[in-house]
Amino acid sequence: MKKLSISKTVMYTLTAVYSALCLLPMLLVLMISITDEDAILKNGYSLFPEKFSLYAYKLIFTGGSQVIQSYGISIFVTVVGTTLAILITSMAGYTLANKNVKNRNLLALYFFITMIFTAGIVPWYLMNRSLGLTNNILALIIPSLLFSPFNLFLVRNFMNGIPDSLRESATIDGASDIVIAFKIYLPLCKPVLATIALFYGLDYWNNWWNAIMLIDTKDLYPLQFMLLQMQSEISMLNDMAILAGTSDVTLPSESVKMATAIVTIGPIVLLYPYLQKYFVKGLVIGSVKG
Amino acid sequence: MTKKRRPGLGILSDIRRNGTSYLLVLPAMAYTFIFGYMTYPYMIIAFQRFNYTKGIFHSEWVGFKNFEFFFKSNKALTVTFNTIYLNLLFIIFGTLMALAISLVLNELRKKLFVKISQSLMLFPNFISWIVISYVLYALFSMDMGIVNKTLNQLGMSSVNWYTEAQSWPAILTVMHVWKGAGMSAIIYLATITGIDETLYEAAEIDGANRLQMCFRITLPLMMPTVIILTMLSVGKIMYGDFGMIYALIGDNGTLYSTTDIIDTYVFRSLRQIGDPSEAMAVGLFQSVIGFILVFGANAITRRFFKDGALY
Repeated sequence: MKKLSISKTVMYTLTAVYSALCLLPMLLVLMISITDEDAILKNGYSLFPEKFSLYAYKLIFTGGSQVIQSYGISIFVTVVGTTLAILITSMAGYTLANKNVKNRNLLALYFFITMIFTAGIVPWYLMNRSLGLTNNILALIIPSLLFSPFNLFLVRNFMNGIPDSLRESATIDGASDIVIAFKIYLPLCKPVLATIALFYGLDYWNNWWNAIMLIDTKDLYPLQFMLLQMQSEISMLNDMAILAGTSDVTLPSESVKMATAIVTIGPIVLLYPYLQKYFVKGLVIGSVKG
Repeated sequence: MTKKRRPGLGILSDIRRNGTSYLLVLPAMAYTFIFGYMTYPYMIIAFQRFNYTKGIFHSEWVGFKNFEFFFKSNKALTVTFNTIYLNLLFIIFGTLMALAISLVLNELRKKLFVKISQSLMLFPNFISWIVISYVLYALFSMDMGIVNKTLNQLGMSSVNWYTEAQSWPAILTVMHVWKGAGMSAIIYLATITGIDETLYEAAEIDGANRLQMCFRITLPLMMPTVIILTMLSVGKIMYGDFGMIYALIGDNGTLYSTTDIIDTYVFRSLRQIGDPSEAMAVGLFQSVIGFILVFGANAITRRFFKDGALY
């Protein structure tokens, strides 16, 4: 075996420690979520559960809880939103990469302007209000079809790399633009479509901005927003209990709180191996050609 | 086809010839029109006393009153300073960390090890700031938090972190670096992969060691990318990370002196205080300065690194 130099050893150690630190805080939350409530109250949070208990998860997943309701909302919004967003983005990307379209750079500029100058949150809010996008499920989807020009340019750049001769020979064979776009270009673009699907999907899953701005009814709270509300309600109740000099307000228990947080990242953890592969690829595409 | 095309008709004939392509881009254009361009007129409410039922055409004009209110309060200075200061901390430490990670990962060419550590470093990036606020609570909670427990074990007394305003720029910076450094490191690593291998071979023949190669070849050749990315973040320095600050700080007023940024301030004026006109005035201030900075940063980047400019 080759002996490691001192500098290499140091680098390996530092990298390993930093990598562990990236996971450790989440592990802490996980551990708290499976610790018995009394043990938490007695000893505080700990990375090593003194007494194991799945009570919190049972509570969350038994009957009619807000968590299940919000889960449904989040899944629906993510699936529908991501699908629509990819469709719109890839269709537009195709046109921007179509060299027959003389004004494609003008079109790109049209999208680009909104990327460098945004009016800010107040006009955004007033616009959504005037379109009736408040307190309904569409308010969670439409305002952030997140038609992010960055994703559009990612698709365009990828499509620019497909040789023109392909389009020309397809045209000679009598294929229409629609056939070329959907039957030839889209299948070739799988890598970049997967990348933006993950960008959009994660954005939708982790989105709570739309909810905090546009949603007031509890039935429509997506997961992340529900989590935020829970946290702030707890601290409010705590303050009130301190002010009132009593502490017999029944708060959601510590383990339930942490279990809810864990539950919201569930899908991400399951998809993680796939996510990572594409994200790395997508970022490289984005940064090299962006 | 020998006929000279008149410029004004170019678009029309283009549409006629590539009708399908224009049809495909139409949904995106309509969307951008509504959620991009149509929002611009709303900015004039900064000069009105906006009333939801009257709308932008019938609300009362008040000139610069809304701006006066913001700039005369000491809030203007605080939130502007906090926005810029926190962003500077994020940019400096984020860049340094990402650079360090990418250089080290590049040296450790053990595939499996690099792959695993990369996966772990990317992990925080996929998690929302709200979940991270739970992490933070587990660390910094007064009675049960890990940090205070550790302090107690070392014989020190507990600190109520959620009222210690001066600690938060540091905590926020650490969390920001923790969440984002892995992602930025991958971009830098991509740049390193693009460096011509023959340079290293030549250096090796000249007897250079790994450290010398790192400082004489890798780092200088990465500089354009580093500078571009830094310039672009500096351009966005007026825009704070609302998602982060609001999730971690929320409505905890005791921490505002060091953590309240323009974005959270605007949000509160709009949604909690319910004054869209004042919120818009502050937002306009942010947009205009922000636009000048983005535009300037991009112009400078384009000027010095022609092939590197992003737009």
